Amino acid sequence: MPVVSYIEAIKTAMEEEMERDERVFVLGEDVGKRGGVFRATEGLYERFGAKRVIDTPLAESAIAGVGIGAAMYGMIPIAEMQFADFILPAVNQIISEAAKIRYRSNNDWTCPITIRAPYGGGVHGALYHSQSIEAIFANQPGLKIVMPSSPRDAKGLLKAAIRDPDPVLYFEHKKAYRLLKEEIDNNEEVIEIGKANLIQEGTDITVITYGLCVHYAKEAAKELAEEQGIEVNLLDLRTIYPLDQEAIINAVNKTGKVLLITEDNKEGSIISEVSAIIGEHCLFELDAPIKRLAGPNVPAMPYAPTLEKAFMVNQDKIKQAMLELALF
Amino acid sequence: MTVKTITMPQLGESVTEGTISQWLVQVGDVIEKYQPLVEVMTDKVNAEVPASFSGKITKLLVEEETTIDVGTPLCEIEVESMEPTVSNQPEMEHNHEEISSTKELNTMKNRYSPAVLKLASEHQIDLDSVQGTGMGGRITRKDINKHINQTKQEQKQKHVTETPTLNTSTIEKSTSLLADKEIPVTGMRKAIATNMVKSTSEIPHAWMMIEVDVTNLVRYRNEEKDHFKQSEGYNLSYFAFFLNAVAKALKKFPELNSSWANDKIIQHKDINLSIAVGNESELFVPVIKNVDEKSIKGIAKEIHVLAQKAKSGTLTHQDMEGGTFTVNNTGTFGSVQSMGVINYPQAAILQVESIVKRPVIIDDMFAARDMVNLCLSLDHRILDGVICGQFMSHVKAILENISGNTTPIY
Repeated sequence: MPVVSYIEAIKTAMEEEMERDERVFVLGEDVGKRGGVFRATEGLYERFGAKRVIDTPLAESAIAGVGIGAAMYGMIPIAEMQFADFILPAVNQIISEAAKIRYRSNNDWTCPITIRAPYGGGVHGALYHSQSIEAIFANQPGLKIVMPSSPRDAKGLLKAAIRDPDPVLYFEHKKAYRLLKEEIDNNEEVIEIGKANLIQEGTDITVITYGLCVHYAKEAAKELAEEQGIEVNLLDLRTIYPLDQEAIINAVNKTGKVLLITEDNKEGSIISEVSAIIGEHCLFELDAPIKRLAGPNVPAMPYAPTLEKAFMVNQDKIKQAMLELALF
Repeated sequence: MTVKTITMPQLGESVTEGTISQWLVQVGDVIEKYQPLVEVMTDKVNAEVPASFSGKITKLLVEEETTIDVGTPLCEIEVESMEPTVSNQPEMEHNHEEISSTKELNTMKNRYSPAVLKLASEHQIDLDSVQGTGMGGRITRKDINKHINQTKQEQKQKHVTETPTLNTSTIEKSTSLLADKEIPVTGMRKAIATNMVKSTSEIPHAWMMIEVDVTNLVRYRNEEKDHFKQSEGYNLSYFAFFLNAVAKALKKFPELNSSWANDKIIQHKDINLSIAVGNESELFVPVIKNVDEKSIKGIAKEIHVLAQKAKSGTLTHQDMEGGTFTVNNTGTFGSVQSMGVINYPQAAILQVESIVKRPVIIDDMFAARDMVNLCLSLDHRILDGVICGQFMSHVKAILENISGNTTPIY
């Protein structure tokens, strides 16, 4: 099996889907000749031509809007936001149009668009290149949001997003692009949207997270298992909207102690909703207060390396939080 | 003078590693701050890494063409000025203190989580009787579950232990019947018992038996034995030929000449054969060393000497040391088949049974042949059937081809 990086997995998924279905096309800033600023679309322009790999002006609202229109007309667009931070001008298109078309038209119209956007910090990118903005979209029925945690998931979830009949936001962590590598079968695996993934079973504490934090949590859990014999039950949400309630409840009930992790600011984040689900369903199984580890409530990721490090959730912080919860 | 380290910088927003393409400085170079040190190639850019300090290069830590993660030390530079080094050690220690001190206070003993209360009421557990291992002596869900499991197990154990106690008491009674003779288990008997129990309880034994046509051997030995006895003064036993054949086969299959040492298998270079020699009440396993280097005569002589010593009880500790494989002459008593117990920690034991004249079909005709069974017990942790089968058939081939030409006595 070939070893594939997170970003190669994303590229391969797009390539295979474009190959499979002529209606699939890519649009975004610099995605064509340049191959994307992160090289996520490298080679697609040469292979599929300028009509299926379209360079757009610097106008996110237009990228989303053009994509939505094409999707309603039967095409399957993959729209790229160069950075998730820049998605905000397109929010009106995404929330007011894409998310609501099926409902508003009583099923007459659908909008099978996938919007890819690199999110997350820890890459010395400062405030406009480091944000996690998933929470903004995570209370909009009609939208789906996936955030892969590994190359395998990146490929399988992107394929699922492209094939989904409704709009899917696909947030990929830019630090994961070349950090995460794993062997992937050359298969056509499509990972079901809406289902969480139990990464490892354990009896001491449950950790629920998503995206790059899953990787940190896995590493921290490995260290704790070796050093202290603490067994972590680790759930990767995979789809953060709508949430897989059943998987969350089962994972929490297994240990009664739960740590929720996000890189986003703590208040009103995805894990706040996860916490509410646990509060509603798991009271009599809880053995400790629900613990949350997240970014501080500070407007943006700082640029200074020391402050960036202090802001970011990392392996050490996760390990410390896991240990505290295990000892409780 | 202090030595500072330059690390691999972050060269782009998604870059986590880079390949060193070329060093631009050498050890001993004196460099200025911002002077380029090394060329680095990444997925996104090729860049030069500048020096962060002025000083002298003392060490290059990464070779060209290697790929390293961001943050990996690249080289060491000796700088003149002394800057205070910042350490976050105290902060860390402070954290740990906080955790441990709250744990000691035992303030959480009587604060129960919903999970603990639910389990306690379901299983009717008095929470005062449960030892808490959580923070501040808190009873955790795991503590309760452990408590429940323990109580279950204790109840089970009670059921199990009641019956056997009855059995042992009846045995005790029967041992004290008047007519029976009681022999205290001491010394050699005790050692034998311990060894046998150890061997049979620890070693997974497997067995194998092979039939060998030794007509040639019998003829050869009968021709030589009188003359031998006359000139040497002791018997030319069959056993010497068997030991000779086994030693040759062990040379070819050293896997069987080994012992078990828990985490490893030790394959021995010397072929030292333990032979079982018994008298009325005791069993000895003296050792003939380096059998592969000895002639038939030499082996026969040592068998004779050791057997004499065993009879007279003058075997020394040295005589019984260093065995690597055991051959047991069970045939002496007329046995034709047996299952030997391995001489711990050796890998196998071979039993040589009685040589019996039997009708055998050769070329569709009955013939009267001298047949013998060889029985092998093997430690299945060390050995498998294939290797033992090959070993046995090699022994068989050697024995069946014995003659004055192949196996001279001297």
